[in-house]
Amino acid sequence: MAKLDSKIPAGPLADKWRRHKTEIKLVNPANKRKYEIIVVGAGLAGASASATLAELGYKVKNFVFHDSPRRAHSIAAQGGINAAKNYQNDGDSVYRLFYDTLKGGDYRSREANVHRLAEVSVNIIDQCVAQGVPFAREYGGLLANRSFGGAQVSRTFYARGQTGQQLLLGAYSALSRMIAAGGVEMHTNSEMLDLVVVDGHAKGIIVRNLLTGEIERYAADAVILATGGYGNVFNLSTYARGSNVTASWRAYKRGACFANPCYTQIHPTCIPVTGDYQSKLTLMSESLRNDGRIWAPKHQADRLKPPASIPEADRDYYLERMYPSFGNLAPRDIASRAAKRVCDEGRGVGETGLGVYLDFADAIKRLGEPVVRERYGNLFDIYHEITAESAYQQPMRIFPAVHYTMGGLWVDYNLMSNVPGLFVLGEANFSDHGANRLGASALMQGLADGYFVIPYTIGDYLAGQKPGARPSIDAPEFKAAAENIRAMTERFLQIKGKETVSHYHKRLGKILWEHCGMARTRASLEQALKLIPALREEFWANVTVPGSAATLNQSLEQAGRVADFIELGELLCLDALTREESCGGHFREEHQYPDGECQRDDEKFAHVAAWEFQGAGKPPLRNIEPLNYEFTKMSVRNYK
Amino acid sequence: MVAETNSNMISITLRVWRQAGPDAPGKFVDYPAANLSTHMSFLEMLDVVNDGLTLKGEEPIAFAHDCREGICGTCSCTINGKAHGPGHGVATCQIYMRAFRDGEVIVVEPFRARAFPLVKDLVVDRSAFDQIIQAGGFISVRTGAAPDANSIPVPKTDADLAMDAAACIGCGACVAACKNASAMLFVAAKVSQLGLLPQGQPERDSRVLAMVNTMDALGFGSCTNQYECSAACPKTISHDFIARLNRDYLAASVRSAFKPVSSAAGGSG
Repeated sequence: MAKLDSKIPAGPLADKWRRHKTEIKLVNPANKRKYEIIVVGAGLAGASASATLAELGYKVKNFVFHDSPRRAHSIAAQGGINAAKNYQNDGDSVYRLFYDTLKGGDYRSREANVHRLAEVSVNIIDQCVAQGVPFAREYGGLLANRSFGGAQVSRTFYARGQTGQQLLLGAYSALSRMIAAGGVEMHTNSEMLDLVVVDGHAKGIIVRNLLTGEIERYAADAVILATGGYGNVFNLSTYARGSNVTASWRAYKRGACFANPCYTQIHPTCIPVTGDYQSKLTLMSESLRNDGRIWAPKHQADRLKPPASIPEADRDYYLERMYPSFGNLAPRDIASRAAKRVCDEGRGVGETGLGVYLDFADAIKRLGEPVVRERYGNLFDIYHEITAESAYQQPMRIFPAVHYTMGGLWVDYNLMSNVPGLFVLGEANFSDHGANRLGASALMQGLADGYFVIPYTIGDYLAGQKPGARPSIDAPEFKAAAENIRAMTERFLQIKGKETVSHYHKRLGKILWEHCGMARTRASLEQALKLIPALREEFWANVTVPGSAATLNQSLEQAGRVADFIELGELLCLDALTREESCGGHFREEHQYPDGECQRDDEKFAHVAAWEFQGAGKPPLRNIEPLNYEFTKMSVRNYK
Repeated sequence: MVAETNSNMISITLRVWRQAGPDAPGKFVDYPAANLSTHMSFLEMLDVVNDGLTLKGEEPIAFAHDCREGICGTCSCTINGKAHGPGHGVATCQIYMRAFRDGEVIVVEPFRARAFPLVKDLVVDRSAFDQIIQAGGFISVRTGAAPDANSIPVPKTDADLAMDAAACIGCGACVAACKNASAMLFVAAKVSQLGLLPQGQPERDSRVLAMVNTMDALGFGSCTNQYECSAACPKTISHDFIARLNRDYLAASVRSAFKPVSSAAGGSG
C-alpha cells in the first residue's frame, strides 16, 4: 500500500507556504549544476519550470512530442488568468481567491495547496508583464480585468481571447532564452513512453524519437511530468488531438498513484457536435458569459423556430432563473448540468436537440456592436468559421463538452508523487481544483507550479540525493524498460487486425460519454466496466497499425495513446462507481438534492482516492488521503 | 454520436504530395473521397481518407496537426497553391469542406522552403523558427525578479498594437507564401511586440540584430515587399510590422556602430 503523506506544513493557513519556504532544504549554487532534471512537457507548467530551474543553475533536459516547445495545448486557453491583485478595488484578496477556488472545487481540494496558489497568483502577473505579455489595458495604461464564473469580483487578466497563447509564448520565450544560454537541452519530437525507477526513485525516462523511431534512454536526478490532462479519453473534447495520458499512465504503472480520475470537467459553452466524422469540439470562452445570456425556449414546440421569432415571455433564461446571484456566471459544472437538464426536457435547440442559446442581442443593444466586437470579436469569428452563422445576428448555439480533468497523478505539498524523485505539475497533477475547476484557474495553476513552487520544493528532494549519483543509462532498469517499449511497439505492428486506431478511440469515447459523462449512475458505470475490458481485448486482437517503427508513424503513436486511454477509462469508471456521492464535475444521479444539486457525503468521502497499480489483470488498490480542513467549513455549495 | 444534420455532401479528388522521407523521391498521388459532409473540416477529411488507406493496408498520409482550432500553429498544408488554403485569416485546421466544390480536385502540398526541410509527406521541420527566437526573441527577466505589474504603465494603443503582433502562431505560412521564402513577417512580429513595450527597450537593439542575423544564417530569403506573407497569415498580421522591423534594424545597426561600450565590456569607454 502506498504511503500518502501530504506533507502539509503546520501553522496558520496564511503562513504555511512562507514558513515552508524558509524551512525547506536548499541546494548550494555550486552544486546545482551537478544535478540533472528531466522535464516532460512544455506547456505553461513544463516551460515555466524548465526555464526557472535552468536559471537557478540546474541542468535541465526538456522533452516534448510536438515539433516545437511552443505548441502545447495551454496555448488554446482563451479567457484569462485569475490573480488576487485587487486592482479593481472591488474587495478581492488572497483569501477570497482561495475561498472561491476551494468552494468552486466543491471542497474536494487541499486547503493548503489552494491557499498557496492564491498567494503566488499575484507574482505570476508581475512575471508575465515583465516578459512582455501584452495583457489588455485601460486607457491610463494600467491592466484591465474581466469577470469569470464562480466569482463576484473582477480578477481575471486577459489578452484578447488569446490569454493562454500569450502566457505560453511568455514561458516559451523564457525557455528559449535558457536553451540559448545552454541551461536547457531541448528534445522535440520526443515522446516519453516509460518512467525508469531505480531503487524506488524516479531516475529517468524512455523516449521514442518520433522522427527516427529510435528508443532512447535518459537518466536524471529527478523527473518532472508536466504532461497535461486526460480529457481525450472521451475522444471528443476541446483538447488538442495530440493531448494524451501516456506519460502519466506509464508512471502510474511504475507505482505513482492516480488520484480522483472521475473528476472531469464538462465545459458548458462549446459548439455542438454535428457529425460522426468529428475530431474535435471547440470551446467558446467562458468570458462570453460576462455579456451573453443563456436561454432555451420554454416550450418544446418552439425548439426549431428561428430564435428571433420566440417572444421574450416564451424564453427561459434558466441560469438567471435558477441562480439569481451568479446568473450566467454560475460555475461550469452547474451551468453544464443545467443545460443537460433543459435538453433532457426536450427543449434543446438545433436539429439534434443538443444545444441551448448564448445570446448577445441585449449586449449589442446596451454596448453597441463595436464594443462587443472588441471584447469578443475573435470568438465570434471562430464561431462563424465553424458554423457559418453570425453571432452578431443570431444567438450562438452551444452545448457542454469535455474540457479539463481535475484528477491526475497524486502529489504531496511539494508536488512530489509517492514515487520519490517524480514530480507532477499543472493539469497532470490533482491537487488544486478539487472536483471542479473555476474558469481562469488552469493558467494560474500551471504557471504557479512551474515558476513559483517547483523551484523551491525540488531542492528539498535533491538536497538528500548525492550530487552526481544518478544511475547510468546502462543500468539494468533502463535496459529492461527500453526493451519493454520496443516489444510493445513491435506488438502493435504485428496485430494486423481489421479496424483503425481511431475506430477504437471513438468507441471508447462513446462509452465514456454515455455512461460516465455529465451524469453517472451505478448501473451505467457497471455497464461501462463490462464494455471497456471487452473493448480492450478487441483492440489488442483486431487493431491495425500500418507502416514501420523506424520512421515518423502517426498511427503507431496514436495506438500507444489509445491503448492507455482504454485502461485509464476503466479506472475512471471504477473511481466514479466507488465515489458514492456527487461533487463538482462528478454527478451521481443517486446522490442529489430535490432541486437537482450535487449531494456530497462529507462523512464518507471527504478524501482523495489515490489508485495504485497492482499489476496487469489485478484490481488496483484504492488508497485514501483524508482531506483535513483546518480552517474552512465544508458547506453546501450555493450559487443561488 | 449524433446523426449528420445536413444533407450537403460533396465528393472530391485529393491530389496529395507523398514523400517517404527527406531523401526519398516525392510525387503527387490521387485519392478519391466521396460523400463528404460540407460541415467537415479539411483535417477531418484527411482523417477519413487516412482511415480508408489504413483499412486498405496502405500507409496513411502524414500531416502535422494538433489543436485543430487555429492557435497552436502545427498544421501546415498548402492547399490549391495557397498556404493554409482558401480561407482568409485562418489556419489549415479551420478550413471546412464547404469551401470546395463538388467534383473539385484539391491539390495538397507541404509548406515548401529551403529553411523548412521536408520530414515526410505533408510534414516539414520548422525548428529554424525556434532558433530565431532563441537568438533574442525574449526579454531577459529572471523568475521572481519582476516589479509589480502596474508599476509599468503601457499606453493602451501601444499594448493593442503589441498584441496584434504577438498573435503570431509560428506556423510558417508567411515563409511558404513568400516567393523568396523570407521569414521577415515572423521576425517582425516578435521584434515589434517586444519593441513596442517599455519592458523590451533595454535589449531592443541587440534583439533585432541577433534575430535578423540568425534568420539570414538559417537560409531564409530576403523581403521584396510583395506582402504575400500578410495575405496568407492565419492571424492577418500586418506587413506594416516589416517596415517597423526595417527601421529598428537600421537604427540598431547605426547605434551599435557608434554607441560607446564600457571598458568592462571590452570597449574604450
